[in-house]
Formats: sequence, structure tokens, C-alpha cells
Amino acid sequence: MRRSKLLYVPFWATYVFLYLPIVVLVVMSFNSGDSAYTYEGFSLKWYGELAGDERIRTGLVNTLIVAAGSTAIATVLGTLLAVGLSRYTRSKTLDAIALMPAVLPDLVLAIGLLVFYNAIQLTLGLYSVTLAHALFSMAFVAAVVRTRLSGSDTSLEEASRDLGAGPVTTFLRITLPQLVPGIVAGALLAFTLSLDEFVIAFFTIGNAEPTLPIVIYSMVRFGVTPKINALAAILLLVSFTAVIAGQRMTRIGESRAQD
Amino acid sequence: MLKIDGVTRRFGSVTALDDVSLQIEQGEFFALLGPSGCGKTTLLRIIAGFETPDEGRVSLDGEDLLSKAPNRRPISLMFQSYALFPHMTVAKNVAYGLERERLPRQEIKQRVGEVLETVGLSAHAGRRPAQLSGGQRQRVALARSIVKRPRLLLLDEPLSALDKKVRADMQLELKRLQHEVGITFVVVTHDQEEAMSLADRIAVFDSGRVRQVDRPVALYERPRTPFVAGFVGANNLFRGTASGLDALKSEEFGMLPGTPLAELAADAPALLAVRPEKVELADESAVRGMAGTVVDVSFYGGVSHVSVEVPGHPGPILVAVQGAGSVRTGAKVKVRWNAEDAVIMADDQ
Repeated sequence: MRRSKLLYVPFWATYVFLYLPIVVLVVMSFNSGDSAYTYEGFSLKWYGELAGDERIRTGLVNTLIVAAGSTAIATVLGTLLAVGLSRYTRSKTLDAIALMPAVLPDLVLAIGLLVFYNAIQLTLGLYSVTLAHALFSMAFVAAVVRTRLSGSDTSLEEASRDLGAGPVTTFLRITLPQLVPGIVAGALLAFTLSLDEFVIAFFTIGNAEPTLPIVIYSMVRFGVTPKINALAAILLLVSFTAVIAGQRMTRIGESRAQD
Repeated sequence: MLKIDGVTRRFGSVTALDDVSLQIEQGEFFALLGPSGCGKTTLLRIIAGFETPDEGRVSLDGEDLLSKAPNRRPISLMFQSYALFPHMTVAKNVAYGLERERLPRQEIKQRVGEVLETVGLSAHAGRRPAQLSGGQRQRVALARSIVKRPRLLLLDEPLSALDKKVRADMQLELKRLQHEVGITFVVVTHDQEEAMSLADRIAVFDSGRVRQVDRPVALYERPRTPFVAGFVGANNLFRGTASGLDALKSEEFGMLPGTPLAELAADAPALLAVRPEKVELADESAVRGMAGTVVDVSFYGGVSHVSVEVPGHPGPILVAVQGAGSVRTGAKVKVRWNAEDAVIMADDQ
């Protein structure tokens, strides 16, 4: 069948609409001039300046600490949550409640956490941000792992029990290896989500040294410089890598499951 | 050896098993036969420990089974899907059960080697399940179950996933293995030919109840309930009432010869069953027999099935004759049989 060329126009237009701003941002990060809006020539000087900026370096380190910590917590708890939901209960309500933090508006979560931390008189800092990020990331991990679990065969676990393995051995030797691709994909998702999370971090960090998104926010308040473009380009690269890696892991896992 | 006593299991309003009692002997090859949804798989899962009955007891050599977790029962279950661990090699799959017993590594290696030899898969020890054919997967599942030397091996529809030719081979293989390892086998199947050819004794299930437990020949020749008569093998069935003699009183055909299997009160509703190979085709002019018209002749090689339409009987009467058969479609014939070749049973339906 011959397809009309005309139909490709809205298709490509959508892509241009989606990615043009990002392309502009990346191009501008290599700008040799001082303006963030007019391109004057190629240069890597903004990347160099970025590396020399103390505030950005601390922000980056803080962000990585929060992302790594919250990913670790969210991966373990989210996986256990998914296994529990799919193997030990049939309640649809529990299911919905567990996955709720993923769709809850960040602002609601942020205010709620701030009030809660104050109520239990917790001093705010990086760890309170880490816990907050773990909270919503857990829901994402659980959702990803859950889809893998629902596709897997419970008879494998029964076979393991039948061959003399207790519930813990069965979980570690049979269930968990089946879930690895889902767990890795969930962890990468959690990591990227935490990396650029602003609202919740802003509310729950208190007076501690800020994370990178908060640093960027405070820089933008005095106008956008090509330095910020360079920073955004780097973040973009990291997020893309993580997402693509995550997708590949799931795909490898799926093709292996289909064998 | 295995004693099932008054086991009942309900799922909501559905009764999957209704007061089932069975006794299975040491070394026996026992089959649970029935149409799908008759409760046979539920019973298997109760014995293995993945279901709990609402009522009743299950014991193995006098020892209560129901209080034990599935991993503490000296029983192995071979799953219908085989449930091989996809992330482990064949050898690792087979070794899994032995590793759980914390046996010395040397002994595990030796026993895995031996059992793979028995099922003829030594060359495939390093492969993954995904790299094997259906028949080979089934052998791995079997090896994984028997390597633990269970007292009882349960097999859930062991041959249903195989194509016809492999199935015939595996049937022989299963019998040979059972003989060799001397383990009691309990197989669940919906295929009556499979049950007949494999088992020493068969329990026929229908809607959660055991209808008859017997040896294959007895089950075939002396069905005791209308369900068994209709389910096991082809049968010609006639409804009527008991006559008190070796005959069934039928409204349409008068007295039909047959042997009552139990004392039946005169005029009680009864059913007569006669196998196609016991029915004789006679000439139209014969004195005795029911007159009818041949509507179909199907040739199966060794035997032919002749369908005879007899006015007053729902559906044609099936007659099996040796060889190609000499009658043609449209021929007028009479069908008859001897009293000792037909059975009469109470019709409780």
C-alpha cells in the first residue's frame, strides 16, 4: 500500500516539537559567547567552568548520594513489595495503595513529608531527602517488578518447594533470579527519577547543602547562562544512558523468558 | 501405603472433591482418570501439599501428611508444564533437590550422572531447558523428580504436552522407569487410553467423586456405573428397567440380553452397555437381533467400525468387525450379542 507522504508531516512535526528545545540547549552549551541565546562559535569553555564551580560540584555529589541511597532502599523494598503483592494477597485495594506514590502529585507528597518530619521532630538533611525519594521510587520499582512477576510461572516456585526447598531458599534461588531484569530496570528508573527531582528535595532538605536541581534553580534565578546549558546537557546524557540501559535489560529479560 | 480418607475440597460454591477415599499400594502404578474439571488435579495438589482439604485425612504409611509443608513430604510432583528452572542447566535442575538435602557434593554429582544416564540425557547435562525438545524437557523433569528417590511420585498429565509419536515412546519409557526404580507412581490424566496402557489400577473421577476403582481390564469389561460405561472406551448404551433375569426390559426393543453386575430390584431403572467388538452383525433374515440399516463403514486398518441405525435408538449402534468388513452403507442388517458380553447396571441418572 502506498502511504501518503503528507501523513509524515504531523509525525515528524511532533518529534521536532518534542526535541527542538533539547537540541537548542545542547547546541548552546557549546557556545563560545557569553549569551545563552545567541550562538557565536564552538567552545568547551562552559564545561570547564562547570568543573571549576564549587557549588555545582557539591550539588552533584549530594545528588549522587541521595540518588544512590534512595535507589538502594527503593529497590529492596519495592521488590519485596511486588513479591508480597503478587504472591501473598489478592487485594486490589492494597495493590492500588502500594502503587499510589507513583501517581501522587509531588507537591502533595512534599508537603506531607515536611509536616510528618516536623511532627516526629526529625532534623532535615540529605537523609530526609533520601528517605523521601525512596518513598516514591519504591512505588515505581514495585510497578516494574510486578509486571514481570505476573508474567512468571508460579509452578516454578511450587516445584522448588516440592524438591525440598523452604520458602526463603525458593525466593533466593528461584524467584529472585527470574526477577533480575525487572529489578535492574526498576533501579535505573528510580535512579533517574531521583537525579533530577526538585520539588520534594526542596521541601525536605532543610538547611543542608542543596542537591543539584536546587543549585540549578538558584542559579537560574539570576538568568540563564551557557554554564547551565552545559550542566543540563550532562544530566541529559546521564538520564538517557540510564533509561536506554533499563529498556535493554527488560528486553533481554523478556526474550530470555520467551525461550 | 497412601491412604486418602474422606477428602472434601470446596472452592466457593464449587465442590472439587466430594468425600473421596482411596488406597494406593506400595509399588503400584495408579491412575486418576476423568474429564477436565473433575477434581483429579486438586487431589494431586492436596497430596503434594499445595492445597489443603476442607475435610478428610491423607496419610503415607500411617504417617499424617497434611500437617507437613510440601518441602517436608517424601513425595515428588512432576508438573504438567514441567516447571524446569530456566536459569539453570539440566544438571543443576536435577541436582537442585539433592542440594536441598545437603548431601556431599561428590554424591550429588554421582547421582545426577546416574539419573541422566537412566533417562538418556547425559550428553545434554550442560544445556539449558530452552535448548531442549519437548520430549527431552519431560525427561529432565522426570529425572529431577526421581533423583530424590521419593516414596511416591505424582505425575500431572505427564504426556499431554508431547506430540503423538513421542507420547507413545514416553509411555513405554515411563513404565520401564517405574519398574526399574520401584517407586509408587500416581498419574493424573484425562486420556483413558493412556490410563489403560500405563496403570495397574485406575480410579475414575466424575464431578469430584470416585465412580469406580479397578484394574484396566475390569474397568473396560465390567463398568459399574453409567458414567464409567460412557467414559471408558466406546460403548453402546440402552436404557430400560431391570427384569430380574439376565436381560434388560426396554420399551422399544423388548428384552435385551445382558448380565447384571449387582442384584437389581425388578423394574428399577437400569442401563445396558455392550462394547462394539462384542456386537455381532447378522443377516437381515436372522431370527434373533435388532433390525437396522448400515449408515457408515470406517476402516481403521486392523478393524472397521460399522454404524448401524436402529429405529427407536438415539444415535447409531457401533459394531467393530475384523479387517475391512464385508457390509456396505445402506445394507439391511440385524445386530445382536450374547448375554455374557453385555453388562446391566443401575441407572441412577
